[in-house]
Amino acid sequence: MAEHKLLLKYTDDPKHKHVDGYVAHGGYTAWRKVLSSMTPDQVITEVKASGLRGRGGAGFPTGLKWSFVPKDSPKPRYLVCNADESEPGTCKDRVLLECDPHSVIEGMAIGAFAIGSHLAFNYIRGEFDFPIAVFEKAVEEAYAAGHLGKNIYGSGYDLDVVTQTGGGAYICGEETALLQSLAGNRGMSQMKPPFPAVEGLYGCPTIVNNVETLAVVPHLINNGGEWYTMFGTEKSKGTKLFSLSGHINRPGNYEVEMGTTLRYLIEELGGGIPDGRKIKAIIPGGASCPFMTPDQLDTPLDYESIAEAGSMLGSGACIVLDERTDIVWTTYKLIKFFKHESCGKCTPCREGTKWLTQLVERILNGEGEESDIDKIDNICHNILGRTICPLGDAAAMPVISAVQRFRQDFVDRIKAKNVLPMEQFPFN
Amino acid sequence: MAENKTELQPIPGLPHVKAPSAPQVKTRILTAESVAEIQKKMVQYPVRKSAVLPSLTVAYRQVGYLNAEIYAELSAITEIPAKQLAEAATFYTLFPKKPRGKYLIMVCDNISCALCGADNLLRYLEEKLGIKVGETTQDNLFTLQIAECLAGCSSAPMMQVNHDYHENLTRAKVDALIEGWRKDG
Ligand SMILES: Cc1cc2nc3c(=O)[nH]c(=O)nc-3n(C[C@H](O)[C@H](O)[C@H](O)COP(=O)(O)O)c2cc1C
Ligand code: SF4
Ligand code: FES
Repeated sequence: MAEHKLLLKYTDDPKHKHVDGYVAHGGYTAWRKVLSSMTPDQVITEVKASGLRGRGGAGFPTGLKWSFVPKDSPKPRYLVCNADESEPGTCKDRVLLECDPHSVIEGMAIGAFAIGSHLAFNYIRGEFDFPIAVFEKAVEEAYAAGHLGKNIYGSGYDLDVVTQTGGGAYICGEETALLQSLAGNRGMSQMKPPFPAVEGLYGCPTIVNNVETLAVVPHLINNGGEWYTMFGTEKSKGTKLFSLSGHINRPGNYEVEMGTTLRYLIEELGGGIPDGRKIKAIIPGGASCPFMTPDQLDTPLDYESIAEAGSMLGSGACIVLDERTDIVWTTYKLIKFFKHESCGKCTPCREGTKWLTQLVERILNGEGEESDIDKIDNICHNILGRTICPLGDAAAMPVISAVQRFRQDFVDRIKAKNVLPMEQFPFN
Repeated sequence: MAENKTELQPIPGLPHVKAPSAPQVKTRILTAESVAEIQKKMVQYPVRKSAVLPSLTVAYRQVGYLNAEIYAELSAITEIPAKQLAEAATFYTLFPKKPRGKYLIMVCDNISCALCGADNLLRYLEEKLGIKVGETTQDNLFTLQIAECLAGCSSAPMMQVNHDYHENLTRAKVDALIEGWRKDG
């Protein structure tokens, strides 16, 4: 298993981001096929058959999620594309928005049809001025060419796509917070159930899907769901985008078949570590995922294998740390992000991330004590499972793995009793 | 495009937003273009309150920050209470609440960028601009701030300056950028 470009096939072609270029590459054939010859149930069946799982982090089966929308509800339904991309290390959705926006629109359209929605939103993070502009232009083109709007292709089906821009809050990537934000409220997470598929935006059935998930959908209609199962492993089907960052010769976004090894991604595609340095640790799926170690490089990149290796595939943000990296410093960088982004609704998350940041900062300043290590572990375990949304867990998990797998780094730092500067790596 | 838009489906139990009331509002700060843009966005939602973020965004893009007077103008346009607009605005970090330098420099110091020298980039900028993180230069040209991950992780280190991303930064690139902005004034 190796690199395989399904989503990134045309992203280097500057014409592809326009409707003509996209159509020249077979774009909107799936949407036409859906409207001319398929029922919503048939669409859902294809997506189910493909085994596609959500690419936003949780890996929930997409077709199954769509089928949760109640068929008999008198309320309108909404489809929302989650383009809030804010998890440190993750920059894959941005490529799709900038270079292949029509595949996202087509995926949104098909998803909307599958759940009977006539209004779809793309919630794009507010800092993405350029991707927002590209996407909005693409929507305009899609209307002009008749792929969106009233009575699309003469089928009688109406669909509007609206771009919504975020306000700079990581928590708004969490689906319930996103829907609050979209409704004009502060972006605070809500208890589930009710799940958005039953009671989401404006209290109506709503499906939230990641950009990458939706961009896959047209392929499933064009080729059939079964076709997608040719790629990947038994339980993790298809291809997946990985954002490779950190200490790596060729950072960037890569698309590989699920089940490709971490080693292939880092060594073959990423070109290995600069200056022949050794790897100290890898965060395979974004800042909320536990650390992996160099002895685990042969782990296949699929949901199950990465979980077995003690981490998570997450959003596919693979961050490489070379031997120079201090894990206490790394932990500080991770936890300060979550402290900043906690919405403050639950005490364990709000206070826990604050205490953790203070404790790790103290160790970095040479004022730590050995008992601090267990304190850190203890605080993390008091966050786990005690919060409304998964941000609390996301903050705790990498920290737990840091003190478990790299305890010695913490002990050394505490014994050294000196300040470790924040400026760890050169800027030339 | 607008004529091709479909009728919004009403939501049982919620007041239906049919057409824009588009009142002729007088604004001191917001330009006629901004008002028109907000009015265009308002009608895309079946529930008026959804226009909160879009209207804050339009205002912030024009003015560079938000304050009570701006909330009042937005409220007149959208018919959303100013209190609700202010409440949402304070939640979101994207919107500065007071004027900044002409160039707002946001440097990501999260993990991927930090591994590629983001903290030293910050020190370099501090030295070059003669200010600390959080400060504005005396000539009001530059404000330097730290940002959380901006999804430029694979092209680290990076920064956002006003609405543009600058990636794969080096000292030489930063020098050229700053020099250019100083020239433009
Ligand atoms: C704190 C937090 C942040 C999240 N950020 C994002 C995000 O930026 N993009 C995204 O697609 N999903 C994000 N998610 C996951 C969403 O809640 C949701 O599961 C996802 O959008 C569903 O889409 P999928 O099924 O296609 O993966 C986040 C979850 C949490 C808890
Ligand atoms: S876990 Fe954290 S971010 Fe999530 S709802 Fe609770 S306080 Fe907010
Ligand atoms: S970590 Fe800096 S942009 Fe993502």
